Amino acid sequence: MNLPFGWLQFAQNRFKRQQKPPDGRRKTPFWSWVWFIGGTLYLALPLLATFSFSLQMKRDTISLQAYKSAFADPAFINSFLFSIGLATVTIIASIALIVPTAYWIRLRLPQARRTVEFITLLPFVIPAIILVFGLIRIYSQPLSIPFTSLSMGQSLTNSKYGTLILIVAGYMVLGLPYMYRSIDTGMRTVDVRTLTEAAQSLGANWYTIMTRVILPNLRTALLSGALLTFAIVVGEVVLASYLGVAAFGPYLFLLGQHRAFEPAALTFATFLLTWIAMGIIQLVTGGQGQTTGAH
Amino acid sequence: MAETALPSLKVKRSKPDWRVWLGVLPFFLFALLFLILPSLKLFVGSFTNDKGQLTLNNILQLITQQSILDSYWLSIKISAVTAIGGGLIGFLLAYSVTVGGLPKILRPILITFSGVASNFAGVPLAFAFVATLGRTGFITYLLSHFLNLKIYDAGFNLYSFLGLSLTYMYFQFPLMILIMAPALDGLKPEWREAAENLGATGTQYWLRVALPILLPTILGTMILLFGNAFGAYATAYALTGGALPIITIQIGAQIRGDVLHNPGLGYAMALGMVVIMGISLLGYSLLQGRTERWLK
Repeated sequence: MNLPFGWLQFAQNRFKRQQKPPDGRRKTPFWSWVWFIGGTLYLALPLLATFSFSLQMKRDTISLQAYKSAFADPAFINSFLFSIGLATVTIIASIALIVPTAYWIRLRLPQARRTVEFITLLPFVIPAIILVFGLIRIYSQPLSIPFTSLSMGQSLTNSKYGTLILIVAGYMVLGLPYMYRSIDTGMRTVDVRTLTEAAQSLGANWYTIMTRVILPNLRTALLSGALLTFAIVVGEVVLASYLGVAAFGPYLFLLGQHRAFEPAALTFATFLLTWIAMGIIQLVTGGQGQTTGAH
Repeated sequence: MAETALPSLKVKRSKPDWRVWLGVLPFFLFALLFLILPSLKLFVGSFTNDKGQLTLNNILQLITQQSILDSYWLSIKISAVTAIGGGLIGFLLAYSVTVGGLPKILRPILITFSGVASNFAGVPLAFAFVATLGRTGFITYLLSHFLNLKIYDAGFNLYSFLGLSLTYMYFQFPLMILIMAPALDGLKPEWREAAENLGATGTQYWLRVALPILLPTILGTMILLFGNAFGAYATAYALTGGALPIITIQIGAQIRGDVLHNPGLGYAMALGMVVIMGISLLGYSLLQGRTERWLK
């Protein structure tokens, strides 16, 4: 079939179809395909480009040399493991802080709900760069609480542990909206009040209720909150570089200043890691993808 | 707080007891130390001079110093452009996989991809775009090799407003897809049937029924995208190295060293950002309230 005829027929078909009384939806979703293919290309091409670039480290041949070289760098291993450690601590601390809070609000203190929800939304208004600005200005001197004479002995930013506390706290703040929403939604769907009453009537104490009843029932919510936090923390660069922490984000940034192929390899690997995290969230929550804001 | 006293009347075995509040004490303490105090510091700092006295000079300087205003304006422009552009593209994509008649299998693929892309930002995203549209990038090469189109000779530059906008779009429109797809699902088939029974064409249905219902969601999400881009720092810094002085990069420079020679002005700059972000979040939540009337 020659092309003009094909196009004519296509146009006629479209015309005919529009003449017919509309029956819900068009059968040739031409424009839908155009948008879909265009959008998918926009999403896929940068990854394809990065991947193909990362394979070209050896001249005139395709090799995984960039990956070998990137993964073999001890600085990479250290910073990456360190970031994973930071993510793990952040996740555990977030869960330990938010689960009891959300639980308590649901059960005993519904009047605190609006205040707590408002606080969990604040990180949307305070971007990472502003948060780290405030944190550094507050904690670079021995903390004195306003309107009192209370003060802490040493500035947090000057000690190793102090910096670690600050960065974990900062990451907890960045992940707060996602973690809180995830856990709160989880508690709504499993009806923690009924579960608690059932456990209590069977004689369980608070510790047993938390560890044997509430947490296992929240595992989907916890997992998706944890993976989102993971996705924020592992590549995060703003807090880490301003607080002077040797995490993966600053490492990748510095590597990009004086290398070409290794950063591309690590970029592609980061992408795969994000993909895995989001894929698992999709699987366990069965639908709604969430999104973070660590740009 | 007035509202805290009210619901306790309804709770049956309510102990109007301060001890109940102990349960949320750790959370409030955490929020105070790492969220409220840092924000308060910026607020107080904005109205204090270097001698610790109360002043409005920082704010005055903020709104009169041209370089700072330019930075705000650049940030606002780039956020608005990518919010509107990302919003439109995201809407069309969400449309195509929900009510647009594409095979059902494509939807979860696009949604997962969007979830990944909207989280794929910062340094890696900047690197990916350098590999794509940089001077020796993939697309740059393809265009010059096959179409003999040398985009850098034609004036394109990745490290410019346009380049940064294209890069931001990578996390902007997927976010729109993630929010719009469920909203488009909320369009009830009955509405379409009712419109058709009354003789409406497809275009009329969209213009007179569907879009008015979706409009608050579309605008609200665009505002969200605006804030999303407005607060972005790492992507811009990794891509342009600070050559494009958006407001977050100016604040970053101020943290590294007092480049403005007035710490108070740095605080005021940060406060200005928080105010703009706050206004956009407020707009978002107001529009969200309107949406929930129809799409539930």
